[in-house]
Amino acid sequence: MNEALSVMPGLWSAALQRLRGNRRALGALALLTLIVLAAAFGPLMSPYSFDHLDWQHIAAAPRLATGHWLGTDRLGRDLFVRTLSGVRISLAIGLTASLVSVVIGVAWGATAGYLGGRTDSLMMRAVDVLNALPYLFIVIALTTLFGRGNPLALFAAIGAVGWISMARIVRGQALALRHKDFIEAARASGGGSAHILARHVIPNVIGPVIVYAALTVPQMILFESFLSFLGLGVQEPLASLGSLIRDGAQEMEAAPWLLAAPAGVLLVLLLGFNLLGDGLRDALDPRER
Amino acid sequence: MPLTLLVIITLSFFIMRLAPGGPFDAEQGMAPEIKANLQAAYGLDQPLPVQYARYLRGLLRGEFGPSFKLRDVSVSELIARGFPISATLGVAALSAALLLGVPLGLGAALRRDAWPDHAATALSSFALAVPGFVVGPFLALVFGVHMHWLPVAGWQPDLRHLLLPVVTLALPAIAHVARLTRGGLLEVLRADYVRTARAKGLSEAQVILRHALRPALLPVVSFLGPAIAAIVTGSLVVETVFGLPGTGRYLVEGAINRDYTLVMGMVIVYGAVTLLANLGADLLYGWLDPRVRHE
Repeated sequence: MNEALSVMPGLWSAALQRLRGNRRALGALALLTLIVLAAAFGPLMSPYSFDHLDWQHIAAAPRLATGHWLGTDRLGRDLFVRTLSGVRISLAIGLTASLVSVVIGVAWGATAGYLGGRTDSLMMRAVDVLNALPYLFIVIALTTLFGRGNPLALFAAIGAVGWISMARIVRGQALALRHKDFIEAARASGGGSAHILARHVIPNVIGPVIVYAALTVPQMILFESFLSFLGLGVQEPLASLGSLIRDGAQEMEAAPWLLAAPAGVLLVLLLGFNLLGDGLRDALDPRER
Repeated sequence: MPLTLLVIITLSFFIMRLAPGGPFDAEQGMAPEIKANLQAAYGLDQPLPVQYARYLRGLLRGEFGPSFKLRDVSVSELIARGFPISATLGVAALSAALLLGVPLGLGAALRRDAWPDHAATALSSFALAVPGFVVGPFLALVFGVHMHWLPVAGWQPDLRHLLLPVVTLALPAIAHVARLTRGGLLEVLRADYVRTARAKGLSEAQVILRHALRPALLPVVSFLGPAIAAIVTGSLVVETVFGLPGTGRYLVEGAINRDYTLVMGMVIVYGAVTLLANLGADLLYGWLDPRVRHE
C-alpha cells in the first residue's frame, strides 16, 4: 500500500480533505464512535450482566431508580445491558463477515481480472451461478448443517455469500489495470503473478474496496439481525439486535420498550454506516477525481 | 437456467447429506432394527448416488419426498398448502410496488427539486433504511393493537388480513421503484429524441406518455428480478411477524428442526421462483427495449 501512496501523492490526502468537509459523514462517524464506546464500556457501568435474572423486576418499565435504565424483559434481564451486548455481537458479526467477504472477494476478483482470458471467464461464471442462487437459502441450508447458534458458522455462512459483488467490482478494476504500463514494467522486470497482484494490482483497487466494504458492514449487520429475528442466528442467553427485536415484537403490547430500544439502536447503527459509506464513496470514488 | 436449477438441487442435496447425524437419531430408545427399517423405508440405506438419482426422479414427478419431522405429510403437500398464501402476498406486494412506486417516481421527476420531490426522496430513503422486521411489528402495534383497525396476526383470504403484511413487504420495493422511475425519467428527458419530440410541438403529456415513459421504465424492469428475490426473502419475515401459514414458515421451521427434506424442497422452490423471475424480467426487458433484442 506504501507504493500506492507514493505513486499517487495527494490522492489520500485529497480524499481525507473531502471527507473532512462532509458534515454528514463526520456526524455519522461520531455517532458510530459513540455507539462503539457505549457497547464497549456501557455494560460495565450497569450493576447487571446480560444474563442475570432479576426476579424483583420482571418486565419492569424503564426507570433510573431500579438501575434498569431501559427496563427488563419477562425474565428480569436488564435491557440496557442486553441491547449493548447485542450491539457488540451485531458489530462483531458484521465486521467479521465483511472482512471475510472482502478478503475472498478481492482475492477472487483481482485474480480473475488480472489473469483474464479463460481463467477469468471460468471464475466469473462461478460467481454468476452463485449470484443466481438465493443467498438467504444458502445461509439457511448452512445453518441447518452446522447447527444453529454456532457464531463461527454464522460468520462463515454470511461472509461466504457476501463476497460476490466485491469480486465483481474488483475484477472490473483489475481488468482495467491489466495492460497499464506500470504493470507491464513490473512483469518485464520479472515479477511473478502473485507478486504483481499483491504489490501492484490490489493496492490500486483499494479505494473502491474501502467504499464497498464500508457499505457491506451495514448489510451484514442487517442480515445477521434478519437471521436472528427468524430464530436462526445467535441463541439464548446471548442476544443480538435481531433476536432482541424478535423478543420485543412478541411483547410489544405489554412492554413496548422491549421493541423500541433494540429497534432504535439498529436503525441508528445502519443509518450511521450507510452515511459513512456514502461519505467515503464521495471522497474516494474514482469518477469524482 | 435449468443448469443453475440443477446446481441448486445438487448443492442443497449434498449439503444436507453432509450434515452430521440422520433424521432419526433424535428418537429416544429406538431399537436398531426399527431404525434400520425406517431408514430402508425412506431409502436412506442406499448409497448416496442412488439416493440422489432417486431424488431427481422424484423431482421430475413433482415429488419432494416425505417430511422427516412432520408425520404423514409430504413436502409437496406442505408446499401446496403454503404456496398459494405466499404467492398471494408476493404478487400483491409487487403490484403495490409498481402501482404506487411508478406514479410516485414520475411525480417526483416532474416536480423536480420542488417539495413533492423532496418529500418522495426523504420518504423513500426512510423506507429503504428500515428493515421489515421493524416495520412489521410497528405497524401491527399501531394499527392492530392501539387502533384495533386491522387484525394483528392470522390468515383469512381477505383484504383486512392482507393489508399490513403487504404494506410491510411492499414498502422498500415501492421506495426502490420510485427512485428508479425518477432517475430513469430525468435521464430520458435529457435525451435528444425527447428534444425532437418537443420540437415537433407535442404537448408535454404526449412527450412523456409516447416517448419518455417506456425507456424511463427500463431501470424498473431490470430491477424486477432483484425485487422479486427481495420480496421472496422479505416474505419470510412478514410471515413470521404476522403469523401467516405460508411457505416461509416451513423453511424457517425446517431449518430449526433440521427437517432436511423440507429445507431442501423449500430451497429448490424458492430458487426456481427467483430464477423464473429473473428470466421473466430479462424477457420483458428485451420486449421493451429493441436495442437489446438483436444481440
